[in-house]
Amino acid sequence: MKLVVPAPLMKQIRAHGEETYPHECCGFLFGQQDGETRTVVEVRRQANERTDSRENRFLITPEQFRDAERAARKAGLLMLGIYHSHPDSPARPSEYDRDHAWPWYSYLITSVGNGTSADSRLWQLRDDRSGFDPRDLEVAAGSPGPDTASTTARRAT
Amino acid sequence: MNLVTVEIPTALRGFAGNKDAVQLEGATVGDLLQRLGSQYPQLAKHIFDEQGQLRNFVNVYVNDDDIRHLQKEQTPVGTKDVISI
Repeated sequence: MKLVVPAPLMKQIRAHGEETYPHECCGFLFGQQDGETRTVVEVRRQANERTDSRENRFLITPEQFRDAERAARKAGLLMLGIYHSHPDSPARPSEYDRDHAWPWYSYLITSVGNGTSADSRLWQLRDDRSGFDPRDLEVAAGSPGPDTASTTARRAT
Repeated sequence: MNLVTVEIPTALRGFAGNKDAVQLEGATVGDLLQRLGSQYPQLAKHIFDEQGQLRNFVNVYVNDDDIRHLQKEQTPVGTKDVISI
């Protein structure tokens, strides 16, 4: 499974992490899937609803989830996954992330060091919930859309 | 027959024959979830924990109402209700 993120949307995601630093940011990834390729066409910022530990935790409320699922359904899109930032820590899922993750979704994590976005990596929870596996992340040049030409590719390791 | 619509979130559709909603028979939310789990065992493990309880991050709505604010899994449902997970 590969996730294609148009460069302007990736820029939004990375900027979000810098704006909320030293707290975690979070949001939804809407888009389409064609075989083994998912393409993001819309990024929806969400407020981190944690009232504590926002430097290493994020919370998306059930209502935010429900509303996003409905919005995606209405728009004829899929809710492909969730992005969030890891301030001053690597772009790897934590045990907390695993405990609260859903299968299938693409989890895009961006490490934000000293207020500047660095690595962005993509993960997917195993169906047996035993851990996350890295997935291919491709940042595509141009405007958001499934036909966008891709220019760079990177795989989380 | 009391058929109720249960909407399947994107993340779980792959475990439910890629359907975005299913019609199930049941009088309560608990009935519906049990039937859903029986019909799609691979889906069940993502909504129920090892003790068979709803996972703490799984929320279920009857229309716009969280069942935790109603009668939880005993919440009655009718044919006009839409259940979302």
